[in-house]
Amino acid sequence: MKSLQELAEIREKMKGKVALREGQNDIRVVVGMATCGIAAGARPVLNTLVEEVEKQGLSDKATVSQTGCIGICRLEPIVEVYEPGKEKVTYVKMTPEKAKRVVTEHIKGGTPVYEYTIGEK
Amino acid sequence: MKELSLNILDIAQNSVKAGAKHLEILLEQTGAVLRITIADDGAGMSPAFAAAAADPFTTTRTTRKVGMGLPLFKLAAEQTGGTFSIESHRAEESGGAHGTRVAATFHTDHVDCEPLGDVASTLITLIQGSPGLELTYVFRSEAGEKRLSTAEMRELLGDVPLNAPEVLAWVSVFIGDGRPEQEE
Repeated sequence: MKSLQELAEIREKMKGKVALREGQNDIRVVVGMATCGIAAGARPVLNTLVEEVEKQGLSDKATVSQTGCIGICRLEPIVEVYEPGKEKVTYVKMTPEKAKRVVTEHIKGGTPVYEYTIGEK
Repeated sequence: MKELSLNILDIAQNSVKAGAKHLEILLEQTGAVLRITIADDGAGMSPAFAAAAADPFTTTRTTRKVGMGLPLFKLAAEQTGGTFSIESHRAEESGGAHGTRVAATFHTDHVDCEPLGDVASTLITLIQGSPGLELTYVFRSEAGEKRLSTAEMRELLGDVPLNAPEVLAWVSVFIGDGRPEQEE
């Protein structure tokens, strides 16, 4: 069983690492987490995005955050990607699998996954 | 909603939106009755709004004229033969204290009772989205108590933020299925 004391170990391990994480964080990935989003499956989408951004070493490049109802509830789960100087990209009917691909190809690779965007539906 | 843990997340998001500094999620299992309480110290609601809050045609959202969060939680409880209640007060009326307490009971042996589901994911989502919130999670049953308090976590973590990936991963394993560990 995990114990609270392990948090002290995490603290020890992360000494000095915390400051290094403060990068530019230019890309904002926003997940709609109102009732409509949650009911449609936004929770695993959000958690996959958070995990993948970390796993693929993109923590200094992108921030994953939550928002309320985006307004097109029937297309939830919705993920919006904001990048300075670029048009906002809106992904609809997301799943954890699609979220993984978005992190790899869009956040890391720079090319939106157009087939998941709202324009393509 | 497919899981009670999703209802809990949804109601807790209301607390966050109400500017709560403290949020308590309490689950008490006694026999086949599960009581879920979500209590915050957010802005609270006016008496008229609180009275109508479980009505789908009452909402604060601006994108739709319906709000399904509380109605779905109430339905989830009542379809098992359980109960639902909401108490709320604003500083204006109470002269200081403010907050909201939503409570519901579920007959977990009823065929229409949603499973508890992935409580760990719900807590991770809340901590990830609001690392400044003081969150207390308690599940009490005959088997004992499972408890997570972000205030206690903060003491051990020092300047490591609560939403650091290492910490979220720890929360996931620590919470497990959300229930107290069975004594072997």
